[in-house]
Amino acid sequence: MKSNFFDVLRPGINSTFQDLGRENFYHIGLPSSGAMDKRNFLLANCLAGNSKEAAIEFAYQGPLLKFKGESAIITITGDVNFNIIKKDNNFINGECYKNYKLENEDRLDIISTNKSVYGYLAVSGGFAIKKILNSYSTFSRAKIGPFDGEKLFTNQKLEISKIINNQVPKKIKYLNTKIEYIRIIKGTNYDYFSDQGIDNFLKREFIVTKLTDRMGMRIKGPIIENIKDKNIRSEGIVKGTIQIPPDGNPIIMLSDHGTIGGYPKIGVVISADYDKLVQLAPNTKIKFKLVDLHEAEKIYQLYNLETENLLNQIK
Amino acid sequence: MIKNISNLGDAAIYYDFGNQINKETNKKVINYFNSIKKSSIDGIKNLIPSYNKLVVSFDLKITNFDELKKKINKIEISEISEKKNKLIKIPICCNDEFFLDKNILTKRLKLSTDEILKKYLNKNYFCYMTGFVAGMPFLGDISKELRTYRLETPRVKVPRGSVGITEQFSNIYTFESPGGWNIIGNTPINIFNSNNEENPVLINPGDEVSFFQITKKEYEKLNEK
Repeated sequence: MKSNFFDVLRPGINSTFQDLGRENFYHIGLPSSGAMDKRNFLLANCLAGNSKEAAIEFAYQGPLLKFKGESAIITITGDVNFNIIKKDNNFINGECYKNYKLENEDRLDIISTNKSVYGYLAVSGGFAIKKILNSYSTFSRAKIGPFDGEKLFTNQKLEISKIINNQVPKKIKYLNTKIEYIRIIKGTNYDYFSDQGIDNFLKREFIVTKLTDRMGMRIKGPIIENIKDKNIRSEGIVKGTIQIPPDGNPIIMLSDHGTIGGYPKIGVVISADYDKLVQLAPNTKIKFKLVDLHEAEKIYQLYNLETENLLNQIK
Repeated sequence: MIKNISNLGDAAIYYDFGNQINKETNKKVINYFNSIKKSSIDGIKNLIPSYNKLVVSFDLKITNFDELKKKINKIEISEISEKKNKLIKIPICCNDEFFLDKNILTKRLKLSTDEILKKYLNKNYFCYMTGFVAGMPFLGDISKELRTYRLETPRVKVPRGSVGITEQFSNIYTFESPGGWNIIGNTPINIFNSNNEENPVLINPGDEVSFFQITKKEYEKLNEK
């Protein structure tokens, strides 16, 4: 069989293989990792006709890939500018949420994400990579994942598992809407903070800083004053947890976070708003809104139904 | 036994075993951890035991806080773990090039290098939890005379294999990572191996660990990193 693969001509800033994540290893220090924006990951895979294959997640700038082989069908999701450069140098301005057929020597140039952070590239049939600890996800800090947990690198060869040529053209209309508030639930140390601190947290605006990656998001705004205890005993945390270190500037734990932490937790982002949270680029404004557990559960059901409906439209 | 149960966000349960940080409290946490793990209730994603807390995260598509809390309440908590806890002997080299905080420690503790090592080595330490970075064990309790606070300015990069102490605890940096523990030596042994699908981590909560000293030559021979 002829091999079909991509040559990585430019890896992009932070391009990694991801899937829905690696569960059941927190107790040995491994976070879930996985696609930051799960909905966009699922949509990319579904549009490519895949179910549980890995996709390439990129941040800000994506990779430039050259396809070699017979043909391949790809999809890109997110808010992404990209071009397909044909062998004869003809340009196709790429549209997200649509699948494209690539032919031998075609280049795929994923230029940038537009006022957002993450985008996804899926290929029909999936990439020929192996699972590590039950997942294709890359956790680069502990070098876990395909290609020894490394990010994409120049001259890397990305083999495609099996070529699916009869993939029907697929397309959906989807807009990555912004939300006014990131909704949160009270954290387990909510009462550690002064009334003024809580007021600042819930009523004022914060800015996403450049110190933001797959591990965490540091935001800056009014100081949140702790009046009880600035360090607690290290204990388990989950993604979306908002910790307040002694300097009063919040850190939101994201998918590659340390599994335990020792700073007081003022809140936790609700599951339904996580995909939107991670797409907030540095210098974006962010505001929080408090909801209770049962509201959060209802909002999640709606969010999940919405995702299912989108996937059903594609299938 | 459990002082308080609450929710950590909308997809995790937070069990608080009280403020006492000792082996006894931690053993309760570990018993809960083992019993819940064994029950394999549908929807549980991760269990995170720590000194005195247990966090159980779950898939909100499958279950929710109230339902899962009820299910876990019904589990019988076994006091005896079926898994035999091991005593693991870890070689460390404490030559100057690895004993990164020798000066700080001898000054702060008012002890000589030999006295520090004598009080630290060949003692059995209990593994309270594993985490932060993959496979990092939190061990204790170290001798009262060795207890000190974290470095005032944490290192940006602590070398892989470094063995550190702070307060009543000791740990091993299984990967290069930022960190503020006082570094006493370095082990050539690979504590975390992601290629071992069955058991990627050498030290589990509930195990005991002791450190024995090796020379630089032996270190080089044993080096797995």
